[in-house]
Amino acid sequence: MTLRSRLLPYLLLAPSVAFLAALFLVPLVQTISLSFMEDGTPSLANYSRMVSDINFGPAVRNTFLLVLTVVPIQIVMALAMAMMLQKLPRGRDVALWIWTIPLGISDLAAGLVWLAILQDRGYLNSALYGLGLIDGPTAWLTYETPVALFLGVVVAEVWRATAIVLVILVAGLQLIPKEYKEAAEVFGARPWTIFTRITLPLLKPSLQTALILRTVLAFEVFAVVYAIGGTNFPVLVGEAYNWQRNYQNTGVAAAYAMLIVVISLAATVVFLWALRTKPEQQP
Amino acid sequence: MIALRRTVYIAGIVALCAWVLVPIYFIALGAFGGRIGVFRWPKSIWPGDTSLAAMQLFLQVEGVGQAMVNSVIAAAITMALSIALGAPAGYALARFTFPGQNAYRLLILLTRAFPLAILALPLTVAFIRIGLYDTAFGVALIHTALALPFAALVSASLFQAIPRELEEAAWVFGCTRLQAFMKVVLPLALPGIAATAIFAFVISWNEVFAASVLTVRNRTLTAYLLTVLAESPLHFRFAGGFLLIVPSIVFIFAVRKYLFAMWGIANR
Amino acid sequence: MTGALLANAGPVSAQQQDILFLSTQLRPIEEAQKVRSVILKDFPGKVTYLVEEPPAFDVRMKAEGQAGKRTISVAGALHGELQPLVTSGDLTPIDDIATKLADRGIPANLMELGKLGTSSQMYIPWMQATYIMVANKKALPYLPAGADINALTYDQLEAWGKALTEKTGKRLIGFPAGPKGLMPRFYQGYLYPSFTGGVVTPFQSADAEAMWGKFKGLWQFVNPNSTSYDFMQEPLLAEEVWVAFDHVARVKDALTQAPEEFVTFPAPAGPKGRGYMPVIAGLAVPKNAPNPTGAAELIAFISKPETQVKTAAEVGFFPVVKATLPADLSPGIKLIAEGVAKTQNAKDALPALLPVGLGDKGGEFNKVYSDTFQRIVLRGEDIKTVLASQAGVLKGLMEATKAPCWAPDAPSQGACPVK
Repeated sequence: MTLRSRLLPYLLLAPSVAFLAALFLVPLVQTISLSFMEDGTPSLANYSRMVSDINFGPAVRNTFLLVLTVVPIQIVMALAMAMMLQKLPRGRDVALWIWTIPLGISDLAAGLVWLAILQDRGYLNSALYGLGLIDGPTAWLTYETPVALFLGVVVAEVWRATAIVLVILVAGLQLIPKEYKEAAEVFGARPWTIFTRITLPLLKPSLQTALILRTVLAFEVFAVVYAIGGTNFPVLVGEAYNWQRNYQNTGVAAAYAMLIVVISLAATVVFLWALRTKPEQQP
Repeated sequence: MIALRRTVYIAGIVALCAWVLVPIYFIALGAFGGRIGVFRWPKSIWPGDTSLAAMQLFLQVEGVGQAMVNSVIAAAITMALSIALGAPAGYALARFTFPGQNAYRLLILLTRAFPLAILALPLTVAFIRIGLYDTAFGVALIHTALALPFAALVSASLFQAIPRELEEAAWVFGCTRLQAFMKVVLPLALPGIAATAIFAFVISWNEVFAASVLTVRNRTLTAYLLTVLAESPLHFRFAGGFLLIVPSIVFIFAVRKYLFAMWGIANR
Repeated sequence: MTGALLANAGPVSAQQQDILFLSTQLRPIEEAQKVRSVILKDFPGKVTYLVEEPPAFDVRMKAEGQAGKRTISVAGALHGELQPLVTSGDLTPIDDIATKLADRGIPANLMELGKLGTSSQMYIPWMQATYIMVANKKALPYLPAGADINALTYDQLEAWGKALTEKTGKRLIGFPAGPKGLMPRFYQGYLYPSFTGGVVTPFQSADAEAMWGKFKGLWQFVNPNSTSYDFMQEPLLAEEVWVAFDHVARVKDALTQAPEEFVTFPAPAGPKGRGYMPVIAGLAVPKNAPNPTGAAELIAFISKPETQVKTAAEVGFFPVVKATLPADLSPGIKLIAEGVAKTQNAKDALPALLPVGLGDKGGEFNKVYSDTFQRIVLRGEDIKTVLASQAGVLKGLMEATKAPCWAPDAPSQGACPVK
């Protein structure tokens, strides 16, 4: 390998590294130092305040529950949708268009949409009432109905953010050479076998990307959660925002931010390792 | 048997379309239902007494047009920058094995994993100093930082899936690396890159917090609407929410060809 | 429409001398439009009225200061939102404006608040409001026997809630305890003063223990959606609740939409009196404002009696200067005015001031009270234990800020003690 071709990848990466360093690393370093400072002296006070806060436990629990529930549902749903699209004889572009609409919908708008459906006098209750299942407006989103509240948040998140997984998977699927599948069919493989033995393994890079991005984003989302759950469903990023914006304590907010970064990075490393593709396995 | 499977299959497609569309229909009802419609019980799923009052008020608000122009400018710059910076990085990640590869992946994800609100103050100060404050370009820079990880990772998985042999064959026929890339890889990757660009556009279009902190008068549409929206009465919020959804429906419709074009290669 | 071309306004040229007026108040779209097209219409200069949520307001004011490039000439915000800007050095003293406005009849205690604990005037009072209770007329038949709605006690409110729940099967009292709701002000300005006669000093007193026990009792009849309510006007209009407590600006929509359906009245009284909290918004001039002359003119214009009356009639915030409200107020605004007057003139009224001297710890101060509520009422933890641990946090805050006591706590030398 020549020196030039060894340097090439670095040259290709350089512009984006420089850009991100200027816009993120510098403020990030400031934030890290902020999280370990108390009145100008190094200390862990911010972290101990964070851990002893009454919302810390619930926020950690809720965030993990949410990510662990939402991300698998989205991956399975998006995979199913992508496979369905592949077989669709006509109207693929219409179906794909409709399914990707939520891509363009902001957090706040999505929160409003689901609030309109799930609130006491919303469409869900109107339907249940019409079916004779409830007697009148019923509250689902309160601290007294934690399971219903959690399901409401899950449904809203799945609605809002499955499209991004779908697009990544669709982009990946179309690059799997048709010949592999045709060869398998010649040998009499059943559709399910083709899916598990050929499609899924070849889709690994896209699945990895989708999983990493979705997980990282799932750890970050809170506008939808707040629109639906109010103060009843604390999540980590919500707490970071609260400490920064409402309590004006940047130190504790920075501690929360660091915690989120560490968790996201850990998840990323796990996915990078678990779904790694060796060069010789590449198509 | 086959007919039954077919029916189930079509029903599934229709149900998934309804799953996306029905909630949007409901917010449209809220947007046009006026002040009273919000509180009606039980709600009808058919449009009742519609009113345009809330919508009209929104459309009369001064500066919506200009804000929309700002949004488009910021989103277009974001789109261009994140592809220009992200696609080469994606190619490097896909085609080379080199020390620091995973460190780079972690770096770009780090940026995405970091709550934006915490960065707002230091960045705002810096932007005022260098004169980027209150400009669409400044907003686009932050949005690029948000969109870049998508651009890099998605294009990496795109390039990774394009058979290496095609490129190597081109080298054998005397193409340089650049020529091989331009003539063989790029045409295959283009639809996917277009989809990545669409992501970037949408991320910028919907981002609120940075846009509202970094601008005073040159607000983007979302930032502008959401500041007035967050605490307005419900029927206004539904109207505003609907108004925010409409452009995304139109936009994704307009670019659906690119989304669809991703299927083109599969049938090669 | 005069001035106020929000996103349209191009770059400011020196001749235009545009005055950028940034406010955390009157943000909702209808209110902001009224400020632009009615209230500021006759101002001779060019004003751009911009609104911002308090956190973004804070970020912007501080960032402009740190970078040394100011765009805002007038900042309008609540007392508590302006205070952190004194700490960060982003406001300029405006004693000259205060002297010019001496004949406007702004009460001395309000002007004193405007010093924000310093020796010079940091803001000029802009407009005032307070919190009231609103009831749907359908709830009135269930009032406990012998209770006067304008002189309720907490016991009577609980009995009322109980009767409503028993007769209708629903919990019909509502509080704004959502993420953006103003519930902390209820604890600091209403509950604590009414039961303990203070806010900070008696935080974990025996009176406070009894109070939380009572409030927990009352909460059985409170709609569980309350922890999601930010504004009470919508649940009131939707009849999700029939009796609600909130800031006047946050029930205004219900009252102006359906004035015939509602009555307004003061918050209940406890053993120590009827606590209530006046809310003051002020106008300040940022340090190095680009147009200080224009800022002074604008502030003088806004504190004219005519402008103040217009503000009351249009948006329901009341004058800080001597001014008589016209008799032909709209029915909804009239309801607000009645509720406010009944609150201020109640025989047992016990005014509780906004926290003074906390600097940027105001949010954490609120959190102490919200967390105490969460733990005692919602999570059912032991009252004594919770009060003891939260008192520790409160003590730490008071010592860190060295804030002396404010009314109704007894004055203190140095940091306000937590007994």
